[in-house]
Amino acid sequence: MKLLRSALASVVLLAIAGGPATAQEPSSDEWSATVEAAKGQTVYFNAWGGSQNINDYIQWVADEVSERYDITLEHVKLEDTANAVAQVLAEKAAGRNEDGGIDLIWINGENFASMKEQGLLADGFATDLPNWSLVDADNPSVTTDFTVPTDGRESPWGGAKFVFFTDPARFGDLDTMPRTADELLQWAKDHPGRFSYPAPPDFMGSSFLKQILSEKIADPSLLQEPVDEAKFEEAARPLWDYLDALQPVLWRSGRDYPQNYPAMKQLLADGELGIIFAFNPAEASSAIANFELPDTVRSFVFPGGTLGNTHFVAIPYNSGSKPAAKVVADFLLSPEAQLRKERPEIWGDPTVLDMEKLEPADRQAFEAIDRGVATLGPDELGPVLPEPHPSWMTRIEEEWKARYGS
Amino acid sequence: MPDGRKTARNGSNDDDVSASPRLLRAIPWSIAGLLAAPVAVGLAGVVLPAFGYLPALGGTSLSLGPFRELLAQPGLFASSLLSFASGLVTTALSVLAVSLFLAAFHGTGAMRIARRALGPLLAIPHAAAAFGLAFLIAPSGLLFRLAAAPLGLDRPPDLLIVGDPLGLSMMAGLIAKEIPFLMLVAFAALPQAEPQRRTMLARSLGYGRMAAFLHTVWPSVYRQIRLPVLAVVAFASSVVDVALILGPSVPPTLAVRLLQWMGDPDLSLRFLASAGALLQLAVTAGALLVWLGLERLCARLGAAIAARGRRGTNDGAARGLAMLPVALAGLSLALGLLVLAIWSFAGLWSFPDPLPQAFTTQTLERALPRAEGPIVTTAMVAGLSGVIALLAVVAMLESHRRAVPRLAGERPVLPSLIAGLLYLPLIVPQIAFVFGLQILVVASGFEPSLAFLVAVHLVFVAPYVALALVGPWFALDPRYDGVAASLRHGPVATLLRIRIPLLLAPILTAFAIGFAVSVGQYLPTVLIGAGRLTTITTEAVALASGGNRRIVGVYALLQTIVPALVFLAASLVPVLVYRRRRGMEGA
Repeated sequence: MKLLRSALASVVLLAIAGGPATAQEPSSDEWSATVEAAKGQTVYFNAWGGSQNINDYIQWVADEVSERYDITLEHVKLEDTANAVAQVLAEKAAGRNEDGGIDLIWINGENFASMKEQGLLADGFATDLPNWSLVDADNPSVTTDFTVPTDGRESPWGGAKFVFFTDPARFGDLDTMPRTADELLQWAKDHPGRFSYPAPPDFMGSSFLKQILSEKIADPSLLQEPVDEAKFEEAARPLWDYLDALQPVLWRSGRDYPQNYPAMKQLLADGELGIIFAFNPAEASSAIANFELPDTVRSFVFPGGTLGNTHFVAIPYNSGSKPAAKVVADFLLSPEAQLRKERPEIWGDPTVLDMEKLEPADRQAFEAIDRGVATLGPDELGPVLPEPHPSWMTRIEEEWKARYGS
Repeated sequence: MPDGRKTARNGSNDDDVSASPRLLRAIPWSIAGLLAAPVAVGLAGVVLPAFGYLPALGGTSLSLGPFRELLAQPGLFASSLLSFASGLVTTALSVLAVSLFLAAFHGTGAMRIARRALGPLLAIPHAAAAFGLAFLIAPSGLLFRLAAAPLGLDRPPDLLIVGDPLGLSMMAGLIAKEIPFLMLVAFAALPQAEPQRRTMLARSLGYGRMAAFLHTVWPSVYRQIRLPVLAVVAFASSVVDVALILGPSVPPTLAVRLLQWMGDPDLSLRFLASAGALLQLAVTAGALLVWLGLERLCARLGAAIAARGRRGTNDGAARGLAMLPVALAGLSLALGLLVLAIWSFAGLWSFPDPLPQAFTTQTLERALPRAEGPIVTTAMVAGLSGVIALLAVVAMLESHRRAVPRLAGERPVLPSLIAGLLYLPLIVPQIAFVFGLQILVVASGFEPSLAFLVAVHLVFVAPYVALALVGPWFALDPRYDGVAASLRHGPVATLLRIRIPLLLAPILTAFAIGFAVSVGQYLPTVLIGAGRLTTITTEAVALASGGNRRIVGVYALLQTIVPALVFLAASLVPVLVYRRRRGMEGA
């Protein structure tokens, strides 16, 4: 393990040192060969299928790439992205190294780190896509996914930012909402039974722990490196002190936890929870449009910063339709597709493109998006706290389970 | 009865039978073996990783590491105990409810109503039933909404009902679904226990209605439904979907934790998960063993009570109570379905409104066009696996019946080894072997195809079809065969022209059950279909992860309607076919 970590660290250094210089404009010949090879191929796109909005958007993408590139895009709707990782693993275990069942995966964070470590991903391709030139590559989360360098093995698709939702009609004005983790604890004490988080290893539950840890840890720089066991206990202690204080005032007194973000959303709609949180700033607006939340719900963030990251698409090492998968990844980055994705009535997912690099007309179209009452604009989202190294997530999930999970 | 001792081969037409007795004997073995093979292979696929061997993940040597890691998991004992207890409690209460209900109401109108309601209740998939119950009894559910105005609630109370640490809601959900299943198999077994004659005899000795039934009829009913009961023990101790929806979260049941480990992005947890699968196997086996012990205890207890000779004539109040569990199960399933239906048309529906503020068809309109493909796939896979299972089971039962000579009046019984192979997929927890099976399937290089999915569903469908058909098939009076033979019909003609028409109703019911079982399959469909073949159940689970109760409602209804239509057809067809034959009306 240690060897692997130091190897990883040197890769990070290399990426930082040589990153931008190695990114070259692909020759257009090369790309048109890719587009040519993609014709008639089928791409099995494995992506979480729990949102009708997102499913409809992917269907739109499928219709477009079919018309423009003669590519058949099949959305394989996952209940959990890890299932797709498991499938590629099963294929590798069985020696099926060509023409595997998955051509494109919607992925980030732990799943990416895991696939990369196990050698389940295709060679770097993202920086060779023509639309890469429009991506906001200065955003560190586009090139390092939870501190793991992407090395072009995944292509950015959208942004994510940790935001809180509340219903002022039931729980009071937005001004009274907490502005830090400590104020959140106080709010929970003042409103016993009205706050909770999904039990880790649910992604949102673990993210909540990381948000608290990022705020409370004495030396945040520790989080950017793999967990050092010798320092872990002391470094993580503020998190456990915080959760110990929170435990008695949690929903159901901490004897049960919401299963995941959608369950919290339902609890907010019913008035059981007063504050919930999500990774898509537009979630509340789209939930209102689907009758899932009352139209009185609003968003807020901590002024001191909340976690932010990027989600990606990646190609498994054994895909038999790599050219077509690349063409789809490139289409997902096109201003047209990114603009459509950011419209709240479609999906509301923030773009990964750099406004400065766009044509003026495209830029204006992005600026003209009406995000809806419950969504904060890009300038209101507050500073971004970087995601900790994936090993932190694993470690605090284990520790959480031992302390509260049994 | 000296005459009866004269052995007579069923079917009498000895020339045809003796032509290929070996073949006839081999058929049941080969079919049962084919169905059990995937289970064995799947288990092998988890045993190796459980001991650290899975080269794709760098595990190249055998070790006990995964088990050490497993035992170090916090709350492992609580999870295992929960699974174990859920298997026993669910089964005990369901069996008790069914026995008391039959004792109190056999031969009455209440039982006929229960028989009618059975088809639709069986058609509700477990997950849909669990969602329905959750939407009913949760603090924000329908019951609390109705109680909100009188109690003056404006927010749901902070009560731990769904997901309680003891798993009571989960067991309630399971019991509500298992009662109809056990009722169905008990109904099929009842005629062989001669309830009328036996209770008449007992009552003439002064026993009350319930006591008469429980002493004289129930033991022989139970002997016949023992296997389905054991299947319920195994199922309830390893169920995943119901436990996810209604079960506790800290810690969840062992099966749910298994699923979490299998699905963890950290692939090294696969070793731990495989060790966990073996633990699940042990927990289920433990529950089964304890159940067998309980059976003996109950038999002793029953004998002791019988020996004391209490007549139990004053059972009016007990009969009322006996109605309660069955009525409650039926009512909660039906009400749950109703709440799901309301949700699928609901606009905003906040607490404490007893009904949505507005109704909309938007959810349905968006969902239905997308559901069309999955519905077709579902119907094809379920229809094909149902028909093939039916053919296989009929071939098996009929060849066994013809191959084995027996005394006149003696009913054929499947040899326990064949039965063991045939029902293996019901006793071995699905979650313990499907992951192992997946690796094999991928290794064999099969493309996920409809045919392959049908084959895998067959493993789970055939045992249920056999369960439903074995009783009626062997119970049909063998003298019909004699009559057919005397009219110079061969075995095949007898089968096609006599047995199948006579047994049309149970055959169609068996098909409908097989169909419903196929529709409900989630894990095998996802793993073997590799996500390329989507059924309404895989769609439902994927969409349910988004937590929108409206979409959950729409898909749960679709999941119910498709098999319900088949159950309806199964009950209508015999009526239509036999509408001019008075003697067949009861068939």
